[in-house]
Amino acid sequence: MTKVNAAIIGSGNIGTDLLYKLKRSAILDPVWMVGVDPASDGLARARTLGVKTTADGVDGLVPHLATDRIAVVFDATSAHAHHQNWRRLAEHDVLVVDLTPAAIGPYCIPPINLEQHLTASVRNVNMVTCGGQATVPMVAAVSRVQEVEYAEIVATVASRSAGPGTRNNIDEFTRTTAAAVEKLGGARRGKAIIILNPAEPPLIMRDTIHCLTAGEPDVTAITESVRAMVHEVQRYVPGYRLKNGPVFDGRRVTTYVEVEGLGDYLPPYAGNLDIMTAAALRTGEVWAERALGRSS
Amino acid sequence: MNAPIPVVVSAPIPVVLSEAPGAESKDRLRGTKVTLHDMSLRDGMHPKQHQITLAQMISIASGLDDAGVPLIEVSHGDGLGGASINYGFPLHTDQEYLRAVVPRMKRARVSALLLPGIGTVDDLRMAAGEGVTTIRVATHCTEADVAVQHLGLARSLGLDTVGFLMMAHMIEPAALVAQARIMEAAGANCLYCTDSAGTMLPDDVRARIAALRAALAPATEVGFHGHHNLGMGIANSLAAIEAGAARIDGSAAGLGAGAGNTPLEVLVAVLDRMGAVHGVDLYKVMDVAEDLVVPMMDVPVRIDRDALILGYAGVYSSFLLFAQRAGARYGVSSRDLLVELGRRKTIGGQEDLIEDLALDMARAKGGG
Repeated sequence: MTKVNAAIIGSGNIGTDLLYKLKRSAILDPVWMVGVDPASDGLARARTLGVKTTADGVDGLVPHLATDRIAVVFDATSAHAHHQNWRRLAEHDVLVVDLTPAAIGPYCIPPINLEQHLTASVRNVNMVTCGGQATVPMVAAVSRVQEVEYAEIVATVASRSAGPGTRNNIDEFTRTTAAAVEKLGGARRGKAIIILNPAEPPLIMRDTIHCLTAGEPDVTAITESVRAMVHEVQRYVPGYRLKNGPVFDGRRVTTYVEVEGLGDYLPPYAGNLDIMTAAALRTGEVWAERALGRSS
Repeated sequence: MNAPIPVVVSAPIPVVLSEAPGAESKDRLRGTKVTLHDMSLRDGMHPKQHQITLAQMISIASGLDDAGVPLIEVSHGDGLGGASINYGFPLHTDQEYLRAVVPRMKRARVSALLLPGIGTVDDLRMAAGEGVTTIRVATHCTEADVAVQHLGLARSLGLDTVGFLMMAHMIEPAALVAQARIMEAAGANCLYCTDSAGTMLPDDVRARIAALRAALAPATEVGFHGHHNLGMGIANSLAAIEAGAARIDGSAAGLGAGAGNTPLEVLVAVLDRMGAVHGVDLYKVMDVAEDLVVPMMDVPVRIDRDALILGYAGVYSSFLLFAQRAGARYGVSSRDLLVELGRRKTIGGQEDLIEDLALDMARAKGGG
């Protein structure tokens, strides 16, 4: 069966987890793994999985894009590196799925707006943040039923699952996630809070999503919509669970979710990282299905 | 190294009962300088559910200023940007509170608290613009590196820059030192050991403050922030001073989360008796506590059984009212909720877990 060829830039934890997922994909075939350190574990691991590697960054990949028919490039580096990578990739006929906070392209949260991005004009999509992937669908589930004046999300992740990128610029997480709560979640105003908890054994990612509806919330319709959205997310993140709620308290509608990862390369508690790689994979796969002329 | 406690020879000593009983401890801290920092308008926002009026802010801050309290914190209880469903919407914005208080201070300086993950550098810049002289950047005691950006900005703005390591009872002194060093390197000129759960005993405080004092640069100050959940506010503050802390947080009438903070007027009286130099007028601060703060309490801030459990089980003090409300709503014991929150090693900011947990416990109860 024909698959669509893909490349991953970034051979760290996220890139490696994504590689494991891509190896299982029925639609995408990971052909290249791109790093910057020839001695990196990530590149060595990719080679043992039969993937071509380069330690020359994006410059090592570009000459092979056409010959290896690469159609999807996942970028799991940093915001700074993504800007440079995009400059080299923009002129090529590839879809770039950006897992960094750079957000050059439009935000993409698969069950909310992936369909809108499946056009030739969109060549770069951004996967927001882990907290955004986990919570914005719940905001959208409420706002598609009735107007949400304000939504606020609280993401609690294990300290061990928060890498230096998140730690060095935690404001970027709160700003980007809040922006996505508004733009994609449909809330008039959004706020995001992140907590890093160091408990051992590490806790599974949990998220609280509070919405304030404009009028009295429609209990039945919102409950149904939230449950349906949970099923949508579970299509690509099986460990996404509704823990409690929606709770209705006046105009407050609160949903509690838990995100357990698949444990491909990252440990299962790091559902926050798994949901990023799973959402990126889903984006690449749906795009590739369209490219192959199959229906999803 | 152990920095010597600075001695000021000609310090003005407030007049106290000259030959009171217990005169043997009278000179214990003679000449020791302590900077007292009032929390009633920040930590005190918790028991007030962030509903302190501008008029109350102004009158209390002015009273504290007149009493000679050198540093007064004004922010949402959960720091700048804390306005939220999760922690409570305040009566006024941080900016409105700061704008009301800062210009009215004659001698006192005003500080603001910021918790990265809740507030951002935008909030910090706003507070600096409103004339705050001190920024305290707070993280859980193991997560200092999330504050590097904020501490660096505060320092570059020329602010008195404080690193505030919360729930410090959860790690050993050596681990606390490692985190404090990250904050010091990022620009903090003062590091706090923060007993957010009011669970430390004087030996716990002494060990941590002494370790910080020995490890940090001599010019870097060390501070202690207590909660009174086990009745240890004063005793812990004294242990901290004796171990080298130069800044101590207290709150007029103890207004603060849980059983409140170290009651400032009591601390002032004790420090007077021991000869410490702090510059606060005892009678005036007593009057602020009694005439202004106590009358505005919605409920008495005291060691009730839930506050006692916070201290006993090592739980973040501002969980108190959240656990009581969730307990009442879902028919579970607030004490059981707080104990379970402690067992799960929850940390500051996880207020959102409380209703979730109450729902689980109510379901378990119904099913069993």
